[in-house]
Amino acid sequence: MSRVETETAASGKPKEADESAPGPDTNRTLVQILSSQGILIAFGLFMLGFGLFSERFLSLENMESVLRSSAIIGVMALGVTVVVISGNLDLSVGSMLSFGTVMVVDLHDKIGAAPGIAVMMAAVLALGCVNGFLVGILRLNSLIVTLGMLSAIQGLTLIYSGGKNVDIDPSSQDTTWFKVFGRGDIAGLDMPIILFGLLAVILHCIVAYTAFGRRVYAVGGNPTAAVFSGIRRGRVVFSTYVISSFCVGVAAIILGSRVMGSQNNVGQGYELLVLAGVILGGTSLLGGSGSIFETVIGVLILGFIQNGLLLLSYPYYTQWIVTWFVIILAVWLDIAGKRGRLFSPIA
Amino acid sequence: MTDTAAAGTILRLEKIVKTFPGVRALDGVDFELRRGEVHALMGENGAGKSTLMKVLAGMYQPDGGRIHIDGLRCVLPTPIAAKEQGVILVHQELSLAEEMTVAENIFLGELPRSRFGFVDWKVLNRRVGDILETLNVDFGPRTKVNRLSIAKKQMVEIARALTHDAKVVVFDEPTASLTDAEKTVLFDIIGDLQERGVGIVYISHRMEEIFRISDRISILRDGSYRGTLVTAETDEDEVTRAMIGRSLDLSRTSDARVAPGEVRLAVRDLSCGKLFRDVSFELRAGEVLGFYGLIGAGRTEIAETLFGLRRPSAGTVHLDGEAVRIGSPAEAIARGLSLVPESRKEQGLVLGMNCRDNITLPQIDRMTSGPFISGAREVEIYDKYQARLEIKAPSWRTMVKNLSGGNQQKIVIGKWLSMAPRVLIVDEPTRGIDVGSKSEIHNLIRELAASGLAVIVISSEMPEVLRVSDRIAAMHEGRLVTVFERDVVTEDDLIQAISGIGEHAA
Ligand SMILES: Nc1ncnc2c1ncn2[C@@H]1O[C@H](COP(=O)(O)OP(=O)(O)OP(=O)(O)O)[C@@H](O)[C@H]1O
Ligand SMILES: [Mg+2]
Repeated sequence: MSRVETETAASGKPKEADESAPGPDTNRTLVQILSSQGILIAFGLFMLGFGLFSERFLSLENMESVLRSSAIIGVMALGVTVVVISGNLDLSVGSMLSFGTVMVVDLHDKIGAAPGIAVMMAAVLALGCVNGFLVGILRLNSLIVTLGMLSAIQGLTLIYSGGKNVDIDPSSQDTTWFKVFGRGDIAGLDMPIILFGLLAVILHCIVAYTAFGRRVYAVGGNPTAAVFSGIRRGRVVFSTYVISSFCVGVAAIILGSRVMGSQNNVGQGYELLVLAGVILGGTSLLGGSGSIFETVIGVLILGFIQNGLLLLSYPYYTQWIVTWFVIILAVWLDIAGKRGRLFSPIA
Repeated sequence: MTDTAAAGTILRLEKIVKTFPGVRALDGVDFELRRGEVHALMGENGAGKSTLMKVLAGMYQPDGGRIHIDGLRCVLPTPIAAKEQGVILVHQELSLAEEMTVAENIFLGELPRSRFGFVDWKVLNRRVGDILETLNVDFGPRTKVNRLSIAKKQMVEIARALTHDAKVVVFDEPTASLTDAEKTVLFDIIGDLQERGVGIVYISHRMEEIFRISDRISILRDGSYRGTLVTAETDEDEVTRAMIGRSLDLSRTSDARVAPGEVRLAVRDLSCGKLFRDVSFELRAGEVLGFYGLIGAGRTEIAETLFGLRRPSAGTVHLDGEAVRIGSPAEAIARGLSLVPESRKEQGLVLGMNCRDNITLPQIDRMTSGPFISGAREVEIYDKYQARLEIKAPSWRTMVKNLSGGNQQKIVIGKWLSMAPRVLIVDEPTRGIDVGSKSEIHNLIRELAASGLAVIVISSEMPEVLRVSDRIAAMHEGRLVTVFERDVVTEDDLIQAISGIGEHAA
């Protein structure tokens, strides 16, 4: 017989962790709490901070104005979130917005509002299909593909418009029903906000509760395992780009309707703002995680930062610097939460 | 028992505590390692073995307890700090940079530099070349890791351990995917390390290895320390009892065999480039066909071809008498095939998803009511297989990456069983699974066959193939040598067949 120091304690399932576990690492729970709820906490603190400085900031009126100005970025960010969850990027949304807006405004007077919208949507969806084909079916790198598309679509827009800005005939601007998307309201709530909210709810349901949504997460989380599970990865990726371009189309309608005109480069730089909203919300660029809800929060934070700085009468360009700072902070907190500490030599 | 065992203690862990949300993974564990000793660490899946070793390697910070190395108390805040103390961990799960070369992986983080600060490739490749030579492998320092098979990747992991002046080397299930020849090389290396006075911790679920190379055995159960046995003075039964709290109940061995039914799967002259050639076999309902062979004999590739992951270059496949061309896993699944793949981490699981979602992934379309997924239906499936396979997880919400290796494997098995397939292909199904669960899974395979399923079991473990199969197909270098009846085949027959000795026509 050998020496066994068998213990008598009866053992069952792994024991529940008790909160009071002593050790050198108790502060990590704080870090984890901070980062798991980090985005909401930051949001709260931020609102409080600005609220103290400016009475107007927390007023209902101001809230609505922030929502209104965030709606276009927001609508686009919803679609890009789906692309990012599947593990890819879409940098072409900015120039796609220019393209869509120019087209929908230009066609309004030529073929009428409804046909104009239909043709524009078809064109923008076709661009999404090109992205989807190149990234999903041919499996090219999404950064390269959509960066290329960014400039290609810019060229397309200029060819379409001949370099001129487009307007809806001033005499019909007040009479066309097209104005409803950008200037209308239902029970006092602005239409762009309603559209943003509606699209957010629909996409949230698709991403969080449908089989398609589950596949998007699987493809982003582990493409190989997804294929082994019978998921047609190419189709899933293709669809995410179609969704993204659909959202751009909606944003183009809102923008065209609000401005009743368009420059060839209205969407320039939007791709980065959109991505900022997605990242701020906490969707990882590595794919496989994130949610539509988080993106809505991220976009709102972005909107409130810009608005708050304006209210405190900083020049508008300070918002670029502050936005950058907040993004870095958000990403850092996110990673720190995964590591369980603020600084770490390993990823 | 070796004479070195009396030498001094090199490592002592005292009352190590580590909790994760919902789990106390380590509950005051003690561990002592001597110079030149091979100390086996055993326990069921999820007992805390890997966690303990990650604490030792500076990857996790303990919530309590002390670590002494060479008599000095140490704090190991990072893996680098642990390396500096001479602690090297060979991981259970592969952790290589796929896009890099073997040499870069082995020296990752400490590549030799030339005078100008550039990487000194000559020195690097030479040093790695030397190490690879001692390991007797057939790839060079410049090979890209993503071109290597799992077994070879494992050898790269092991090579990493040899680059440092180690005091303590931990092997966490190193042999799970090694061939016998590679295993022998590994054991030789362990012997060398032992002679140099290095302390070795060896984790494995394979009793025969434990009894072959270890000096002492420490046992963990549910995160607590259950004592240490001297290998020479104990036996398998005692170890098992300490591990699972009871003897392995062999009377529950289910060996139900039914008369095989109609031919479910008929494969004729199937070839796929150089991977395998002219493979023909039949599989009947209610039958288990084992595929035995060395790693690299083409067994996995046949499975992948049947499952639509590879295109055959010639040959036909008939399913229920109908000629089929399966072009994708989606089609394979639609036709009632399931494949439990070889590599759980790369092919089997979405690590960042929870347990439930992983299990239901291939049948997510069937989980919907109306446009939306019914979470309750999914939980039902999860609960069923969690109970059936005794998966240890705090809840279905736990991310799969937070499960122990063996429990991850059970998730993959559950995922494919829950598809209720007509043909089930399992590739190394019990890799990393503890002794108790292993016999449960063998029973399960027999029961599934008895219920009319056609099963293919690919395994590199002879006892496993002999245990579960009705017939055994022996493969050698891409060719199916012979199909043996289990009742008449001997171990010698199998060994000869798979090593290509006296190759007789099929
Ligand atoms: N990062 C983590 N987060 C949460 N829980 C974890 C984590 N790592 C391990 N656990 C839990 O701790 C317990 C011990 O896991 P560990 O990996 O140490 O088991 P093991 O003994 O190595 O098992 P196996 O033989 O299956 O490899 C398990 O219940 C596991 O779910
Ligand atoms: Mg383990």
